[in-house]
Amino acid sequence: MTRVVVDPVTRIEGHLRVEAVVENGVITDAFSSGTMVRGLEKILIGRDPRDAWAIVERVCGVCTSVHALTSVRAVESALGITVPPTAELIRNIMMATQYVQDHVVHFYHLHALDWVDIVNALKADPKKAADLAGSFSKWDKNTPAYFSAVQDKIKAFAASGLGIFANGYWGHPAYKLPPEVNLIAVAHYLDALEWQKEIVKIHAVFGGKNPHPNYLVGGVPCSINMNEVAAINSERLNLVARLISQADEFVNQVYIPDLLVVASFYKDWANYGGGLKNYLCYGEFPTQGYGKPEAFKYPRGVVLNRDLTTVHPVNATDSEEIKEYIASSWYSYEGGDGVGIHPWAGETKLNYTGPKPPFETLEGQQKYSFLKTPRWKEQPMEVGPLSRLIVAYASGRTDVQELVKDTLGKLNVPVGALFSTLGRTAARGLDAALAMIWLKEFYGQLMERVKINEVSTFNNERWEPKSWPAEAEGVGLTEAPRGALAHWIKIKNGAIDNYQLVVPTTWNGSPRDAKQQRSSFEAALIGTPVANLEQPVEIIRTLHSFDPCLACAVHLYDPQGKHLHQVSFE
Amino acid sequence: MGQSIWNSMQQKGYSRRDFLQFCTAAAIMAGLGKTGAAQVASVFEKKEKPAVVWLHFQECTCCSESFIRASHPIVVDALLDVMSLNYTETLMAASGFQAEKCLNDTIANNKGKYIVLVEGAVPTGADGVYCMIGGKTAESILQTVAKDAAAVVAWGSCASNGCVQAAKPNPTGATPIHKLIDKPVINVPGCPPIADVMMAVVTHLLVLGQLPALDSLGRPKEFYGRRVHDTCYRRPNYDAGLFVESFDDENARKGYCLYKMGCRGPVTYNACSVVKWNEGTSYPIQSGHGCIGCSEEGFWDNGPFYQHLASFPGFGIESTADTLGTAVGVATLAGVAAHAVVTNIRKRSVIAEVHAEDQKEL
Repeated sequence: MTRVVVDPVTRIEGHLRVEAVVENGVITDAFSSGTMVRGLEKILIGRDPRDAWAIVERVCGVCTSVHALTSVRAVESALGITVPPTAELIRNIMMATQYVQDHVVHFYHLHALDWVDIVNALKADPKKAADLAGSFSKWDKNTPAYFSAVQDKIKAFAASGLGIFANGYWGHPAYKLPPEVNLIAVAHYLDALEWQKEIVKIHAVFGGKNPHPNYLVGGVPCSINMNEVAAINSERLNLVARLISQADEFVNQVYIPDLLVVASFYKDWANYGGGLKNYLCYGEFPTQGYGKPEAFKYPRGVVLNRDLTTVHPVNATDSEEIKEYIASSWYSYEGGDGVGIHPWAGETKLNYTGPKPPFETLEGQQKYSFLKTPRWKEQPMEVGPLSRLIVAYASGRTDVQELVKDTLGKLNVPVGALFSTLGRTAARGLDAALAMIWLKEFYGQLMERVKINEVSTFNNERWEPKSWPAEAEGVGLTEAPRGALAHWIKIKNGAIDNYQLVVPTTWNGSPRDAKQQRSSFEAALIGTPVANLEQPVEIIRTLHSFDPCLACAVHLYDPQGKHLHQVSFE
Repeated sequence: MGQSIWNSMQQKGYSRRDFLQFCTAAAIMAGLGKTGAAQVASVFEKKEKPAVVWLHFQECTCCSESFIRASHPIVVDALLDVMSLNYTETLMAASGFQAEKCLNDTIANNKGKYIVLVEGAVPTGADGVYCMIGGKTAESILQTVAKDAAAVVAWGSCASNGCVQAAKPNPTGATPIHKLIDKPVINVPGCPPIADVMMAVVTHLLVLGQLPALDSLGRPKEFYGRRVHDTCYRRPNYDAGLFVESFDDENARKGYCLYKMGCRGPVTYNACSVVKWNEGTSYPIQSGHGCIGCSEEGFWDNGPFYQHLASFPGFGIESTADTLGTAVGVATLAGVAAHAVVTNIRKRSVIAEVHAEDQKEL
């Protein structure tokens, strides 16, 4: 038995650590630990609720803007504000933009190197790579000269040290792509890095900058005026149109074809990483206002035990549905460690009881994380693109059903393949493809509204605090790229009285609850094979399928806590 | 460091274009053909690429995200040609002790020569347990890595000023790095900093091989020497007393000044209104929202954001951070009208001086 420590798992909500127990080459248990905390919930108390979006937007700069959107929805729900339809469309355009950018970056820059061997790409024949790429994509850049130039670039780069690619698991037997597919993926890794800076210009147009564009309680801060240079006008809208059409090409001619080709070589990964059997989705992309979730593009609901015949309703304001536990978390509650608390009554009292750093393992610790543990009706839930697709599928959304069936057919795998590491990664691609379709639709609708001069972007009826009730409470629900995200707010005398966030990584990456039930990361790792303890690429694959991070520092220990790699090099 | 051919050509006044043409000619002579030119260029320019490590502490990764939004150079070129980024938890391929090896080898093999880029604040509360990586505290990692560094850059407001986690009541004791290490730190504040500003700082250090000129707060004067207000294209509206009174009102639709909506442009030193964001696409004011002052120390506690400044210190575009400091709203008399009047008087005298100069030359 070996305890493999993966730390840090970075990029979302701070630093993450995973300790996995491996027996006979298979993971038998796992512990997921958040090792960074900032106390933003405490910082929010006493502040102007209209400022909250800016503070919470800084929870995450990778999925920038999603916390800002969730926050303005929470405040608007508390104060009874309805945003103008044009503002809602602009918000949808920004959110769909975030989906597309985030998923492409995740696939190429955070996840691909778990499947793609960059060193092996040097062995590829550029002509063959071009022929292959031409067989599944119409992208006109895929020529022999292009692949040859990329190969030269990587060769020249490799000659002076591999920089960010140094010390990868290159050559590990788990890498199964032919050299030509590796070369195609590496070329598109570089292209995606260049392209991702383009699509986010949509955020800059409407929100002034990216990362961290501006939002506004009651609408969006930009104004539309087709006769003014200092407003959203025809030139700005043309820029957005061009960026959308570029994105459409990149998603459908590069990302999705690459995803399918890579996936076709890793079908065995449809057997690993399934984890939990419950899926939660709050719903996203309002088409008739935020108050009408039944008209969202992605419906709200829960699927239990992979039973696709029933979708359970979700009520985030019901104090009996969503609760957070701290049985395994470095916090204390007034009511003790056994109770779960609805976020409106949430408490944030830090209480670190772990080992004094520097430490080597959290083994034997009853509490082992700065993440709280959320539950829906006492049950752990997986959240993310896969959950969105499953809830939409089970809700009878034909657009989603057709896309899912079509993709499963192309890969020639059964529906059950969805519930896996491979399924999670594929679901993210489909999520991006749907977001791309909707992004075009929202833009078309925005142009229609501009045409009839329905350009109001802000509702100022409840802007002034004197128009607010003495006390109010609200909840903002979104589907962030990484999954179900909610903020609960209480407002008292014009100031924030309590503010609690339950983010996707809290659902997926939290430690055990009071009943010792595991959350998604821990559950998904169990049963995953690890061929070489010194190069646990399999752990990284399953963790990255949830989109928590890119690079993880791994420390290996035997049961006595001895550093394994030191042993092996002695 | 030896002089490369490119360096010497630069000194002789050749452009980059000339250099590449030279390389193409050299490649053809060497039998490589035109496609070999890139390789030749890298050989002629070749010196060991400077070693760089990027640390992550209490942050949201917006600085890394901003960095990859750069347009000149694009990040691919920076990563492949300008630097050897040997450690960054955000982009590096390596995992496990292989990743740690990247960091440790860089320090051991480049003592006194490597550059450290820090993203995030360091929590000092509860003996540092609020940010631990690999079981070690952020502070201990910072001290170890910074010790033998040639230069330390604090990316963004977290590393420069503490940023959001340091806002009151600063529950974790979040601390900017210049308060923790005893060597000079280049502060590049902003939440995040502008991508091309980050690249420009990298260019100063790695291509020009020099520190940029810094102000008294350790910020590059090149980008933090002017207030957003003084370079804002909406400034004439301010001077003329034309203000947005409510979001999306008639004045907002005409692009009037956002001062009354709480804009912090008048007290914020940054390059937003000149360099702008995302390859010059826009900046907050251009898209209708006031500046929230994200590059200023303590900006989270200078709110609420939508309450306009009573007044602000200093007049005119010649004022700099060094002469004014960064206090918000300390003056009590200088209101909007007074500012406009003084500005106009100053303008008139400046115009008069220029006019006199012209006369003299004639």
